[in-house]
Amino acid sequence: MFKNLFPNKILSLSNKMINNLVVLLILVLIIGLIYSLLLSPADYIQGDSVRIMYVHVPSSFIALSCFGFMGIASIFNLIFKIKFMSFLTKSLAPIGCVFSIISIVTGSFWGKPTWGTWWVWDARLTSMLILLLFYVAYILIWKLIDDFEKANKISSIIAIVGLFNLPVIKYSVDWWNTLHQTSSITLTSAPTIHYTMLVPLIIMLFGMIIYALIIFLMRYKTEVMKFKIDKKKNNK
Amino acid sequence: MLSKKVKSRIFFLILFLLLVSVIIFFIFKSLEENIVYFFSPTDIHNKTDISFEKKIRIGGLVKIKSITKNGELINFIITDLKKEIVVSYSGLVPNLFSEGKGAVVEGKLKDKKYFIADKILAKHDENYMPPEVNKALEKSNN
Repeated sequence: MFKNLFPNKILSLSNKMINNLVVLLILVLIIGLIYSLLLSPADYIQGDSVRIMYVHVPSSFIALSCFGFMGIASIFNLIFKIKFMSFLTKSLAPIGCVFSIISIVTGSFWGKPTWGTWWVWDARLTSMLILLLFYVAYILIWKLIDDFEKANKISSIIAIVGLFNLPVIKYSVDWWNTLHQTSSITLTSAPTIHYTMLVPLIIMLFGMIIYALIIFLMRYKTEVMKFKIDKKKNNK
Repeated sequence: MLSKKVKSRIFFLILFLLLVSVIIFFIFKSLEENIVYFFSPTDIHNKTDISFEKKIRIGGLVKIKSITKNGELINFIITDLKKEIVVSYSGLVPNLFSEGKGAVVEGKLKDKKYFIADKILAKHDENYMPPEVNKALEKSNN
């Protein structure tokens, strides 16, 4: 499957696949939105603001996993000098960046009616903000430095250092007292979220992952094309 | 199998990562008190270097049947089921602030057992369920 991500393969990856994914996305999103906004019950304390969770949790999940992929790809990029790893990382960055913004903004909309405040500097919220800053730094490096090799090196180091932040975000709620609640879904115990809310959450997660995947494939293809065109220009 | 260049890159990357983790470890160690968003009543009980001037936050459960209202003034007990602290506050409370639920109060300690809050935040736990399920749960618990 990963062979298809090699630069010469990605260009032949037909638009048909992306189109199929778009159809799937629309279907999943319609089901997910109807389920989460209309069919699923209101929470016993939070009331209807629980519905923010159906966007907030998948966004945070995608923001974290995007950075995870970026960090790992950057390690391979630095050690083995595999060029397409930097295209991979570069195309993932804006996706993760946007999703971390969505996560922070929706979280703050939820925090106001629930906690009584838009923002607090607790460990979870602060570490999430740091993740956003890592994304911004990564993107800015590519925008500000023209030399490909130099930008590639610096941005890779940023992505690798940012990897340390991921377990901090994930476990911040367990390691320290935070205002943010601990995870409802864990690998070790039964979810503390009722299944009538868990099912729409999983559908929405699935839908948003498909969306991220579509954007990633489109961006990745563009990055490879851009690089090939630049190379041709330079050879002339 | 790996070329010399690749090997040296792996070596330097590992060295770099070790260095970063050591730095991060020390940052967290020195920040520890600040990373914690609130103290529990037990923390307060065990602390020896309490400042009664500085603003701090205390979090825990609002003890059941402890809220007493007197006009604007609200008194209640915040507990972590081991130690308790009496909190006094005047002003508006968040909608979700109620007995048996989590809360974080910000303000100053008068003494180890008495706290004057100027801000109250409700803390939500990790349980999500529809009202009917909660009612059924409460019924089976009683």
